[in-house]
Formats: sequence, C-alpha cells, structure tokens
Amino acid sequence: MSAMQFKNRGNKALKSGFGEGLLEAGKANEKVVAIGADITASVGADLFASAFPGRFISLGIAEQNCVGVSAGLALMGKIPVFATYGVFSALRTTDQIRISLCYNNLHVVIGGAHAGVSVGPDGATHQALEDIAVMRVMPNMTVLSPCDATQARLAVIAAIEKCKGPVYLRFGREAMPDFTSPEMGFEAGKAQLFHEGSDVAIIATGHMTWEAIQAAIELQKQGIHARVINIHTIKPLDKSAVINAAKECGAIVTAEEHQVAGGLGSAISEVISGNYPVPIEFVGMQDSFGESGPPLELMKKFGLTSENILKSCFAALQRKI
Amino acid sequence: MVFPLTNGVSALSELAKAIRQSVVRSLARAGSGHLGGSMSSADILTTLYFSVMRHDTGNPSWPGRDRFILSIGHIAPVFYATLAEAGYFPKEELLSLRKLGSRLQGHPGRDHGLPGLELSAGSLGQGLSVAAGIAIAAKMDRIDNRTYCLCGDGEMQEGSVWEAAMAAAHHKLNNLVVVIDRNGVQIDGSTETVMGLEPLKKKWEAFGWDTLECDGHDFRALMSAFQKTRIERDRPSVIIAKTIMGKGIASIEGDYRWHGKAPSKEQAEEFIRELDI
Repeated sequence: MSAMQFKNRGNKALKSGFGEGLLEAGKANEKVVAIGADITASVGADLFASAFPGRFISLGIAEQNCVGVSAGLALMGKIPVFATYGVFSALRTTDQIRISLCYNNLHVVIGGAHAGVSVGPDGATHQALEDIAVMRVMPNMTVLSPCDATQARLAVIAAIEKCKGPVYLRFGREAMPDFTSPEMGFEAGKAQLFHEGSDVAIIATGHMTWEAIQAAIELQKQGIHARVINIHTIKPLDKSAVINAAKECGAIVTAEEHQVAGGLGSAISEVISGNYPVPIEFVGMQDSFGESGPPLELMKKFGLTSENILKSCFAALQRKI
Repeated sequence: MVFPLTNGVSALSELAKAIRQSVVRSLARAGSGHLGGSMSSADILTTLYFSVMRHDTGNPSWPGRDRFILSIGHIAPVFYATLAEAGYFPKEELLSLRKLGSRLQGHPGRDHGLPGLELSAGSLGQGLSVAAGIAIAAKMDRIDNRTYCLCGDGEMQEGSVWEAAMAAAHHKLNNLVVVIDRNGVQIDGSTETVMGLEPLKKKWEAFGWDTLECDGHDFRALMSAFQKTRIERDRPSVIIAKTIMGKGIASIEGDYRWHGKAPSKEQAEEFIRELDI
C-alpha cells in the first residue's frame, strides 16, 4: 500500500458509518437490538430505530441502566448495541461495564460517540479523551477505533457479527476525510499497513490515521520513508505488526485523538518496551481537557495535526540509534 | 428435579432450616463472609426456589425457566445454600466457599461455572437493570416466564436502582418481580441512620410499581405476595419483605455488626444447634 492511493472521497462523519453499519447488521440478524439514551439521532442510531421500532428500546438519560439492561438482553441471546457519547457510555458507566458486561463476558456493543476534541463547540464536558484508556484495561473487552466513516460501517458489522464478548467502538462526530474502501475489509485485531517505509513508523488510530498519511506524503518529498500503520483495534492489539515496525523502522510515532496516558501510545509502549525497545514520540492530548471551538482549530491548538506528526517524526529520527 | 415443589409451610420451614445451617457451616469454614443478610433472606429464597419459580435442576439452561437475579451478591452464602438444597450441585461443595479455585466465589462469578447461577454480581445497584433487560427480551420473544430480582434495602441508596425502576415501569414489565430484603440494617448501622429510605413503599409506588409489603419470615405471607404479583397488570411488582438481620439466631438478630461477619467454629456449632430447635 502507498499513502498516495488514499484519496478523500469527501468528508463524512464516522457516526454516519456507524449508523449505516448498525442498520445493515440489523437487517441481516434479527437478534440485533439497539438501546437509546435520548440522543439516538446524534449518534447515528436513528436509522436502525426507524427501521426496527420493535427492536429499539428507549431508556432515556440513564446510561448505567442502559448498560445493565444490555447485559440482561445479551443473557437472553440478543445482541444489544448501546451507543451514546463516549464520555457517558464508557466513563459514567464504568462499573456497570466492568461487572455486568465484562465480568459476565456478555456480547454487547458499546458505541462511544463524540470521541476527541473534534466534537468542537460542545466543549470539554462532551469530548471523550479518556475512553480508550478506561475501556482497554477491562478484561474480555475488545476496543475498536475505526479511521473513517467507511471503516466505522465495517467495524460495527464486525463488532456485531464477528467479535465475542463486550466491544467498545469509538467514533467521532465531525465530518472527516472518508478515504478507505469497503474492499479493504475489517478484521478485528489486525493492523493495516497504509504506507510502506522503514525509516520511521507512524502508528495511528481514528481519523488521526488520515493525518498520518498526510505526514508520510510530506516526509516522502523530503526523502524519508515512513511506514503508516492504522490501528483500528486497540485491543487486542496486533503485537506482531507493532514489534515488526520497531525492528524494521527503529523509531515510532503514535498518533491519537485521546490522552497520551493510557491510550494508543501507552498500548504501543507496553508492547515495545517488553519486546524491542526503540524511541517513541507521542502525538495526542497531553494531560489536558479540550475546550469549545471549531473542530479543525481545536485539532491545531492541541497538537493533533499532520504537522505535529511530522515534527514528532523528526524528533524520533533524531533519537534513533 | 422440576420446581415448584411444594406449598407446604412445614416443608418450607425444614428446607429453610437446612439452608440456614448450611450457611453457618460454609461461613465458619470460609472464615469470612456475610451472615446477617444471608439469614434474613433465607426464607425469601426458600419460597422462591421451592414454591414459586419454575426451574429444573436437570436442565439449568431451559429457555422457559423463571430467572433469578441476585443483585446483592454479598449474600452469596444463602444463595449457594439454596441452589445446593434444590440439587444444582452437591451440598458438600458449600464448604469450598471463598476458597481458591472454588465455584463458590465470595460474590457470584459466572466464569467459575456454577450451575443455576445466572449472573456474576456484587457491585450494588446493577442487578435490577439486568433483570429488566431479561424481562424486556422475554417480552420481545413472547417467552411465558418471570424474572425475579432480590435486592437489599441498603442497596436502594444506589441511584442506578431508580434508573432501573423508572425503566421497568415505563416498559410495563409485568413479568418482573423485585423482592427487597428489608432487614433495616447495613454495615454502618440502621438504614434510617446511615441514609434514610422511608417512605420506601411510597417511593416505589411513585415510580409506578405494584407495591406489596409482607413479613419476610412468614411463608404463607410470602407465597400470597408472590401470588398477587401474578394478577394481570401492566406494571412490574415489588415486594418489600420485612425481615430480621441474622434471623434464626437469637444472639445476633438485628445486630448490624453481623452484616459482614462469619462465625467462629465454636459459634457455628452453637448456631447450628439453636437452628435445630
């Protein structure tokens, strides 16, 4: 694969992909049910709710109960999908997710919408920046973070049909470049190589993968060949892809729209430090809350752009032995 | 064995006595665990498992079975003793309570494969939501069964209980029955001192539930209350069962210090003798 192959077919919100995939999975499997916590359209689940009113359960603004009810539905053989903003679906409900879902190892898909500062004007309270960290430490949990709307559609179908146990699926609100093709498929736990190179590896998740591709194109112009890896599955992490990147590139840059502490960067560090230590630079939120503003300006303010990735690549290259 | 088995009060009394004695034995062997609530809810569990619920020890995963969700996981000793008394597993296994590798975890854990256990639970305030989810699915699939959920009274202080209560009434879950073990005592003292719950009945009524009260140690009253929850209505039912912490052992009855305590070997022998009378 080469970064040059990826073209933006037009901006599209990941939540739209999520909603389309949920509808599709619902058509294919009548066990699929959806839980609504008042913001059904806002997370893309309205398509399912209007197509299958008998399989849509409205529970209001009561997220802890939504997780528990999902557990009960799963015990009865349903495949519940509960989506609301990630700050609520992952963080307000953490104990319910830990015990009712993860300890019971029940197949429930938790959608975490409004991920990252790119939520924009709603501000810090609604920008999920700690959800990956909290969800990935839960035993039995799978954590998915697709890179665009096309992949979000495939991810929710895979989460429903292929994954076992609880799944957390993270996606953003803002329309972002839609650049992958459905033919690329989606295999949970399998990293995707988006650009070949062996000078430095950029390991990215969510729509930061698009930024990583832009950084790789710029580096190429300067004669530096960066490898771009898309991590759509934070857990289980594709360890061999990460270790190979360390061995073959000798330096790593991680990129995520999430706190660096506990997120993708931490997950990569855990693998690298135990297997093949190389310098790592982290692009992500540096222990701060977001704020209100236009999404792209917020991305700039908090250092979440291709330029930041580029700078981190140079820093990593300098530290490379 | 297929249940319900009996409506006979003397048979139920004998079963409850055996269950209480099992609780004392298993807690003494474990050296830790919750005696007070186990004793207060023994008669409720006996009534449910032997006189009310449809279930089959030979086929624990029969889809049409009534479901029992234990929300207060800390009274696992009496839950396990009831399951063993019904025949889900040998009573000798009760002595493995809380031991390494046991199927009888300190709070119920499904991952250890105990027959008859529907849900891993123990963090308070979660069971009713799960029970509501089961009841919703049963309605969707037109399964003619009922879901029973046992909650503690102290547990009513968890906000998530009321989220679930609101949802169950909204979705008209007339196949869902909650029993509250109203023993009036929690770890720090009486519920009304720690965080008052009264008027508890009015709270449930205000949430749209069919609300019943009964003596939680009177089998006839319990059976009658469960019977009343079967009257066709379009709402869920709650039974506030008034009980006594430590019921059956005079020296510990009503004593909050026995909420989370296990008897010594000597105390256990004395308690078992007392229960025999």
